[in-house]
Amino acid sequence: MCLAIPALIVEKKGSWAKANVGGIVREISLELIDRPADVGDYVLLHAGFAIHKLEKEDAEETLRLMREVFG
Amino acid sequence: MRFAEEFRSRELVKSIADRIRQKCQKQWTLMEFCGTHTVSIFRHGLKSMLPDGVKLVSGPGCPVCVTSKTDIDKILALCDIPDAIVATYGDMMKVPGSKFTLAEKRAQGADVRVIYSSYDAIELARENRGRKVFFIGIGFETTAPSTAAAVRRAKEMGLQNFKVLSLHKLTPPVIGALLEGDCAVDGFICPGHVCSIIGAKPLEPIASGYGKPCVVAGFEPGDVMQAILMLVAQLEEGRSEVEIEYVRGVTYEGNSNALKIMEEVFDITSSEWRGIGVVENTGLVLRGEFADFDASPYVPQQIRSEPDPPGCKCGDILRGEMLPPDCPLFGRLCKPSSPIGPCMVSSEGSCATYYLYARSEKWMNL
Ligand code: SF4
Repeated sequence: MCLAIPALIVEKKGSWAKANVGGIVREISLELIDRPADVGDYVLLHAGFAIHKLEKEDAEETLRLMREVFG
Repeated sequence: MRFAEEFRSRELVKSIADRIRQKCQKQWTLMEFCGTHTVSIFRHGLKSMLPDGVKLVSGPGCPVCVTSKTDIDKILALCDIPDAIVATYGDMMKVPGSKFTLAEKRAQGADVRVIYSSYDAIELARENRGRKVFFIGIGFETTAPSTAAAVRRAKEMGLQNFKVLSLHKLTPPVIGALLEGDCAVDGFICPGHVCSIIGAKPLEPIASGYGKPCVVAGFEPGDVMQAILMLVAQLEEGRSEVEIEYVRGVTYEGNSNALKIMEEVFDITSSEWRGIGVVENTGLVLRGEFADFDASPYVPQQIRSEPDPPGCKCGDILRGEMLPPDCPLFGRLCKPSSPIGPCMVSSEGSCATYYLYARSEKWMNL
């Protein structure tokens, strides 16, 4: 129930957006997001609301940490 | 996309597991608080990759499972109000109350609608102004802001027929409540998406006060494995800190925008958790200025709920004191097709997850 999934914003109008969620485009609310997100950005989507803007660098930092274990 | 697939690499997960094996000298019991983590652990077979020194137990992080039977009975009572529309997330449909489930109630003619977002309930209220729409606000901090947003919207729109039954629950104080009891857990894999909202900061009392390390984890197998490694490292090194593995989804301070709307709409109160009891400061009620949108006055005062079915061990399981296969009803009388307790109903319930993913494995290894 607490699952949020990455969604790509494809259209934006005020606090509403259309986002691609695993191939399906749905209307989402940007009202609760923590930092401004635009078309082309990924957000964490939960129950119709974007709750967090995803940054590529953050994901890469974690992957870097995980890969340290190879060394 | 670098937000999911890369974190599923089998090779990566295995190499982190090897590192855990090197690091782990003693015996540690870790609790994955969140039901979504339990599902990820089973779906990806993570337990079988861990050394014997690491034991995982599931926690109370399935909002449907911890909703008390009295609260389910309240929802069922709202269904009986003439002209009521009850709007709920799908997870609630099959949870047994004292007499029925919501699905059964609907089959008997109640108008129960499964919705995806709280704003769908607003839409229902707008389209059905002559009827009352009761929205069942359930979930932890991940979901509570979206209920708050809907309440605020209803107020702006003057939608007096929109009513919320707030069953929302807060998570950090319940971890504290578990630790006050018989909970023999050494560290916590903490819920990623709850912390997307509240941040990692509210876990500090668990790490510093109770001396139990907390790592906020994402939900891909690599995330969960890495969080276990971070916890084992802390424990072996004698540290107890709050760390974030899920850097892409969580900040230390949290989502101030979502926290603000929660504060604007809700007051904090106590809440009854199934299997745990009433825990102070873990519930949310609508603040006085939003009283017009509160469904509580419509709930009959005298709801007498029946006790849980004899033999059901949901309480022990939700407290991490027992594993589902140890319940005498597990897999025999209680299955996902004929659930007895809520832990077998929700797709994130520990019992359902064990049943679906782990039946073929030896229980002793779990
Ligand atoms: S197996 Fe069924 S009866 Fe036993 S604890 Fe789980 S839900 Fe309750």
